[in-house]
Amino acid sequence: MTTPVLRDSAGFVVELEQFSGPLDLLLHLIREDELDITDLPVARIADQFLAAIHDLGLDQAADYLEMAARLLRIKAQMLLPRRLGDDEWDDPRAELVRRLLEYQQIRELVGWLEGASAARAERFGRGYEAPPPDAPPAPLVIELNELLAAAERVAALIPEPMLHRVVPRPLDVEGATTRILALVAARAEFGWRDIVGDGSSVVDVLSAFIALLELARRGTVSLHQPEPFTPFVIRRESPREAA
Amino acid sequence: VSPLAKLLEAALFAAARPLTRDDLAQLDPQAGELEVARALDEVVAAYAGDEHGVELVEIAEGWQFLTRREYAETLERAQIALRPRRLSPAALETLAIIAYRQPVGRLEVDEIRGVDSGAVIDKLVERGLIEVVARGEGLGRPLLYGTTPPFLEILGLKDLGDLPRLDELAVALRPPAPAEPE
Repeated sequence: MTTPVLRDSAGFVVELEQFSGPLDLLLHLIREDELDITDLPVARIADQFLAAIHDLGLDQAADYLEMAARLLRIKAQMLLPRRLGDDEWDDPRAELVRRLLEYQQIRELVGWLEGASAARAERFGRGYEAPPPDAPPAPLVIELNELLAAAERVAALIPEPMLHRVVPRPLDVEGATTRILALVAARAEFGWRDIVGDGSSVVDVLSAFIALLELARRGTVSLHQPEPFTPFVIRRESPREAA
Repeated sequence: VSPLAKLLEAALFAAARPLTRDDLAQLDPQAGELEVARALDEVVAAYAGDEHGVELVEIAEGWQFLTRREYAETLERAQIALRPRRLSPAALETLAIIAYRQPVGRLEVDEIRGVDSGAVIDKLVERGLIEVVARGEGLGRPLLYGTTPPFLEILGLKDLGDLPRLDELAVALRPPAPAEPE
């Protein structure tokens, strides 16, 4: 909803679809509650304004903050005691009321201009051309230095990549296969523990496991596990034709 | 129909923008002001009736052939013509202020709108709807902006006098506030 636009001179400009500025928002709040602009309940409207800019996420936008500060100052000034019948009293709201009325007038003119331009837009003059397809880019004329500088700017934008170091683990599936085949040749049935002893490393266990699965797939051995979490029992299968 | 009237008609037909009396008078150096005015009246009269799909419209201190409003949708659907994009509320606010206060500087526009209007003003200058018309007194001799003929054109106004008078608006202001040294 908010469109922050970066500008070199003024820093940060916030354009809203809903409100074209703090005065617009203020007028909206006043109209919503059908308040009298010329006798503005400042305390109430100041609180509503603060709540509104908070809800709209505008509490960082300078234009809106300035208005919030102004409202709070007027609210404080209204609280100062004044003597009854004091004709000298300057209404602290006067300047804000003047600006609001002035702005309201501009909004009314905006409505009129919108109507006029909508009516004009329904009548076409000569010389309309369908928008051309995107023009091909102009030939690039660039100095080497400019190109290098541009490349540096782009390179500076690239975030440092997250690096993972991949360490090759020497899985020895072939060796494990040879060992298992030797066991198969010697015994018709043996256990997982016969392949991997207590001192085996993770790599050895993995190699043996993969070799075992591969041999079972080929049909050289069959794997059995009598109960969950118990060691495998490995049985020699009678040789058979590959499927 | 006089030969001069036909010449004016041809020029108005060919032009992609409104032609002013001066533009028209230059077409025939022999013709006097009165003659041109009469010839123009002839052309205007020829298109005043209900017999054409186009109207000769007085606009932007000149005249221009425009299609009749009732064909807007059909022409647009056929992609023969296209309604221009609407101006944003911020752009219209800024235009309204500049139209009524010209020549006027950016600070005054900012003050009335309560927001920074620099970017909007730049865009309007780019679109040719306003232009720098003078430099103000005071610090830095600020640029003062005013509206251009294209501004009148996109609103379909004859001249600035076609804008509503401020005392006609529902929100009437008390006498204009004196300039504040804020």
